[in-house]
Amino acid sequence: MSILIDADTTFIVQGITGREAVNLVRECLDYGAGAKIVGGVTPGRLGREVHGVPVFDTVAQAVEHHGGPIDGSVVTVPPAFTKDAVFEAIENQIKLIVVVTERIPRRDVAQMVDLAGMRRARIIGPNCLGIIVPDVVKMGGIGGPAKNASQAYTPGPIGVISRSGGMTTEMSSTLSAAGLGQSTAVSIGGDAIIGSTYAELMPLFEADQQTQGIVIYTEPGGRMEAELSQWVLANQSRLPVVAFMAGRFMDEMPGMSFGHAGTIVEGKEDTASEKIARLTSAGIAVAERIEEIPEMIRARIAERASSTSAGAGVR
Amino acid sequence: MRFFEYEAREIVKRAGIPVTDYGFTTNPAQAREIAQRIGGPTVIKSQVLSGGRMKAGGVKFADDPQQAEAHAREILALEIGGQEPRGVLVDPRADVEQEYYAGVVWDGTRKQPVMIFSPVGGIDIEQVAEEQPEKVSRRHFSNILPFSDFQAKEAIAATGVSGSALTRLTPILTRLAKLFVENDMTLAEINPLGRLADGSFIALDAHMEIENEARGRHKRLLAELGVGEQETRQAREPTPFEIAGEQIDASDHRGVAGNVTEFDGNLGLVIGAGGGSLTLFDAVRAHGGRPANYCEIGGNPSVAKACGLAKLVLSKPGVERIAVMMSIVSNTRVDIVARGVIKACLELGHDPAEKIAIFRIPGAWEEEGFKILERYGVEYADRSVSLNKAARRAVEKIEGVAAR
Repeated sequence: MSILIDADTTFIVQGITGREAVNLVRECLDYGAGAKIVGGVTPGRLGREVHGVPVFDTVAQAVEHHGGPIDGSVVTVPPAFTKDAVFEAIENQIKLIVVVTERIPRRDVAQMVDLAGMRRARIIGPNCLGIIVPDVVKMGGIGGPAKNASQAYTPGPIGVISRSGGMTTEMSSTLSAAGLGQSTAVSIGGDAIIGSTYAELMPLFEADQQTQGIVIYTEPGGRMEAELSQWVLANQSRLPVVAFMAGRFMDEMPGMSFGHAGTIVEGKEDTASEKIARLTSAGIAVAERIEEIPEMIRARIAERASSTSAGAGVR
Repeated sequence: MRFFEYEAREIVKRAGIPVTDYGFTTNPAQAREIAQRIGGPTVIKSQVLSGGRMKAGGVKFADDPQQAEAHAREILALEIGGQEPRGVLVDPRADVEQEYYAGVVWDGTRKQPVMIFSPVGGIDIEQVAEEQPEKVSRRHFSNILPFSDFQAKEAIAATGVSGSALTRLTPILTRLAKLFVENDMTLAEINPLGRLADGSFIALDAHMEIENEARGRHKRLLAELGVGEQETRQAREPTPFEIAGEQIDASDHRGVAGNVTEFDGNLGLVIGAGGGSLTLFDAVRAHGGRPANYCEIGGNPSVAKACGLAKLVLSKPGVERIAVMMSIVSNTRVDIVARGVIKACLELGHDPAEKIAIFRIPGAWEEEGFKILERYGVEYADRSVSLNKAARRAVEKIEGVAAR
């Protein structure tokens, strides 16, 4: 199985006629079983097609054309229009929204997230590359063209969650090369406020039988890792977690942002060293190098498996 | 972007929150005039962005206009934390009975703004929270519903404040919350918020930061405050090398080849993308390498842009070689970056095989890219070589010894 999306997930692309969006549609249609992209939206472009996908002026038109609820939307419109596009998707009963756009002011993101919460919808991103279920479906630019995505991602037991889109692929490729495929990989975005954090995706992976371990990529800035540590402890997660922390050098450079908008050391809790300490105290192993990750997660999965069977033996 | 105190106070004033009758100036004679107008003892405060003004001698008390002028002259010439003051603020010395704290920040975990209030002001709120947690309240508020007076009252009452203080503080907190939201602030803090003998409240100092991504929709406010469009107000001023990097990035709208930060090592880095750059910079340092710079490429920049960035790095004094490395690319084309960096070497009269310590960019169009690199004899690596190993190889080559 997978989390968030599967072969049957229907979605639209808002901002479908943009250059990047056109590429993204091609990539998603070509990958795995072929994504079910049931429409696209660009105001004023009703009647056009992008790689055979019909274009509408509004989300409501797309829903009407589809003749029933649409599961998701990939939003790739300029930052000034993103909030409206996401509101439009939510108010048309779309429940999963992947926001690709970067440089959206925090207040807009927070408003989208609040509305999504009220309507029981979920936002992934902004400033992310989307979701991929290896060999099945991808929603967003994650992994790039189908050929490239197939090279990096393979099906298997590891759930991947990453604040960096590119590093989602780098880490998954490393796992694949070591024979560890992925159940689902999610690029959650690099902004200070995002729709879905590590801790918010954990329950989904926890409930997914295919997933046996979690690998995360993380950076200085924010409190998301502390939230994950708390979640893991409070829920006695069955899933071992291995983290990779990039940007350790930033601890010496407070107040300066590197890599992503949310990656900045403003207080002690934002530092890489503090985060590593927190993750470690929750039993999350932190890798020094990416190439160590496959063996670390493999060993921890094996450890859990043997302790569970030992427990079963005692009973 | 952080505002100077005199700008922050103006923002507070515009929001309808009472402020003192202060004046801002860049010249000592004018400081005297302002003090005269105020007509009483004043405080002269250095206008710098860094903290610790008081300790550094950037805040002085004056009894009369003459002394105000003398203090202003001294403070205007005083560098604090490596920063020259923008000017001085001449503030009447208010007769304060009690100092309070009111602030709004984002809570990234709850994804909502949070109003923080305390009847213990004038000092760092973190310290109060640690020493007297019952004296600090936090009230999150919706991003969709407008902030309402009752929320301010709840925040105030939670610290045990009641009576006329509560009713008089309520509109101030509500206006502060509105100011935070409407101006896309990431920090809006009044500290201290003073209670005067007549029971009224007045803002005595303010700290405001606006989100960079939202500056575009507050052009009028910024212009009226006199904030230049180019002013970044980073933790440190950009160096000429970094400014040149920005210019290369701005030369062409396609992709990114910039976000340059200067360091003083001998290994030039042409690296990407966001997360890859962070990982690679760490890896170079972990192997004992000395980076000459940080940078980011991504989003498929043109050959000219990749070339421009590589040339900038290659031309930096002290740079012996460059390492061209990225995490697996899916959008950026390997061959385009390869062309760009080789072109940069050739145009500067260098042998690419000599100058490029390692090229490690796997992904889209890699066969084409690797072919070009082979033609020029440049050492390259595919995805089977990790970011860490590529970084180690670059350090080995530049240090001429086996790296750690």
